[in-house]
Amino acid sequence: MKAKIDQFIEALEHRTGIPGAVEHFLNEEIPASSGWHQVFGSVAMFLIMIQFFTGIMLAFNYAPTPGQAYDSLRYILTEVTAGRLMRGLHHWGASMIIVIVVLHMVQVFLWGAYKKPREGTWIVGVVLLLVTLAYGLTGYLLAWDNRAYWGTVVATQIGATVPLAGPYVSRLLASTGDIGVVTFARFYGLHVLLLPPATMLLIGLHLVLVRRHGVAPTVGDELKPKKQFYPEQVFKDTVAIFIAFAILFTLAISVRVPLERMADPTDTTYIPRPEWYFLFLFQMLKVFEGPLEVVGTVILPTVAILALILTPFVDRSKLVRVRQRTLAMGVVVLAAIGWGGLTLAAIRSTPPQTAAASIDFSGPVQWMQLKPAELSGIHYYKQENCGACHNVTQGGEAKAGPTLLNTGRRHDAAWLVQHFKAPQTLNPGSAMTPVNLNAAQLNDLAAAMLAMTTDNGDLISTTPAFAADGAALYQKTFCGSCHMVNGVGGKLGPVLNGLATRRTEAWTIDHFVNPQKVSPGTPMPAYKFSGQEMQDMVAYLFTLPDKAPAQ
Amino acid sequence: MSEQLPPTHECNPAKTPATADAMPRRSFHLAVIYICNAIMGLALAVPTILYLFVPPRMRKQSAFVDAGDVSQLPVGTPVEMSFQQSRVDGWRALTEKRTAWVVKTAENNVVAYGPQCTHLGCAYHWEEGTKQFVCPCHASYFSIQGAVLAGPAPRPLDRYVTKIQDNRLHIGPLKVSEEAKG
Repeated sequence: MKAKIDQFIEALEHRTGIPGAVEHFLNEEIPASSGWHQVFGSVAMFLIMIQFFTGIMLAFNYAPTPGQAYDSLRYILTEVTAGRLMRGLHHWGASMIIVIVVLHMVQVFLWGAYKKPREGTWIVGVVLLLVTLAYGLTGYLLAWDNRAYWGTVVATQIGATVPLAGPYVSRLLASTGDIGVVTFARFYGLHVLLLPPATMLLIGLHLVLVRRHGVAPTVGDELKPKKQFYPEQVFKDTVAIFIAFAILFTLAISVRVPLERMADPTDTTYIPRPEWYFLFLFQMLKVFEGPLEVVGTVILPTVAILALILTPFVDRSKLVRVRQRTLAMGVVVLAAIGWGGLTLAAIRSTPPQTAAASIDFSGPVQWMQLKPAELSGIHYYKQENCGACHNVTQGGEAKAGPTLLNTGRRHDAAWLVQHFKAPQTLNPGSAMTPVNLNAAQLNDLAAAMLAMTTDNGDLISTTPAFAADGAALYQKTFCGSCHMVNGVGGKLGPVLNGLATRRTEAWTIDHFVNPQKVSPGTPMPAYKFSGQEMQDMVAYLFTLPDKAPAQ
Repeated sequence: MSEQLPPTHECNPAKTPATADAMPRRSFHLAVIYICNAIMGLALAVPTILYLFVPPRMRKQSAFVDAGDVSQLPVGTPVEMSFQQSRVDGWRALTEKRTAWVVKTAENNVVAYGPQCTHLGCAYHWEEGTKQFVCPCHASYFSIQGAVLAGPAPRPLDRYVTKIQDNRLHIGPLKVSEEAKG
């Protein structure tokens, strides 16, 4: 067997030279000082390959046009097996690449590995860092939810303020007016057609230069015999890659990447946030206001990039040990403090998203289609702790009472209400205790029972508390006498579906407190809700579907 | 300088690694490399296979659509009826106009045929004179019961699943008819 394999390899070598090339690559001589601190380049390379792979996988189920992009991503997340994992890997992989690339750069900087003759390797690396950021910027829009849309609006507006080049940047990204289909096509084209081949070329160049000059030695390496890349350094690289992969995989499985409401250009209340690695830039713009804005948008970033590129030419000192490179350490510490401080300030100053704005649309959202009475019933279901004795769906732990799914097939509302009041009259021997609610509340509870079908799964656990509580308050205050929600209610007041597209949350709160002040002449009375009640009510109204669902 | 180099070299223990100690280290390194790569390969390959080959979970859609009133239909004469059917295509929900050849066989009993010939999918029509369904493409003939009378059609006309509620015809999925035996 061994002889056969050797024979095959020899034949392959004779015809292609591949085995020899691989051997040459693996047996590269590296300095004796090489070790764990040099694993980051390999990890970055591995993560980029993961991005290429998961990106291609996502593209197999993705429609690159606004609207459809959102629908297809939702399809990937909710209907395609392992789709959420693929998206998770791609999303968290992007963040991890930034972390690893920066660590790689810090290591090279601290060790002074950019020094002559390795200036070119360093500069190509700086360009690769910029390419990585460009991936983040262009990929951010492709989910086409509110977060993607408004984040990109901010980013492109920053680009537009660049003196002289600004209008051309806008023209190039087709972001002069609104962010629309053309912008989307440009971002998609950049993200999947231009950047990947550019990355491959740059990485190729980077590696050729690394091989040409060899791995950077440190002081004293010239006195020690060289080591071989394989297997000791490959082992270290592999362990580092494995740790990175384990972290990435765990993130992809356990941290859900939400999909927000589909991009709504009219939603002026949305608070845009860029991705975490751009937050420091975002924050810097708050420091430089008015005519000084250009300092934050252009001058400082340009200076920073130039400083990086010029590093090998500025620092021409003799190579010394890492511990003696105190100035380099100082620069890294200062940069870390500056970056960390700005990022922290940005996080602190970002107001939390409202409950309505942060709904995950890749989760079950059937509760949005429910009528107010049905949602309100879910509130009472939870309040009366019905779940202590009943399951909603099949499976789950065994409980005393029957499973409630498809109750509507067996009973009508009148039966249910009677059963809630006095279970034993309809079901002699039932162990259920009477439900102590008033008639209107019992009706809502019955409505919730009838709404639970196999089509909408477990409504009890997927309905957010604010929606159930808000709907219960809606029912309690008889909003439905004048207003219509999801096709039921009175016609005296305006239909409340689509309120989110017409009004802001602040306006709505003012309107509850003092309707006359906000819209004079309205027949709507004032409502005195507690702070929590007001939050629930407004959040509930702002998560209503824009149009009432078809019956 | 150069005179000092050889002694330094010889003092360096790394120059002459104990082979007995180096070999297990080497095989340990190789084992870790292979095992790590195998685990990562599996962790990617299994989800990828699931992603590409498991059919997506379909959204629920109502199986029956209202195709119209059948109380006024003449018994024994096929009528082409059209109806709107919604269909899920990947991430899109489409509403399409579909048609069916509907034959009222008796009061409250209706058969609805798929509008395509079972040979190559051409649209056939009803010949009132001969009382036959005729496909113009390759001259397949079907009886009013949908059976093949002549031509290359391999099986009887396909039928929709139907039900009648309050005189309205509700059309469900199209069932491919079984191959005619013999």
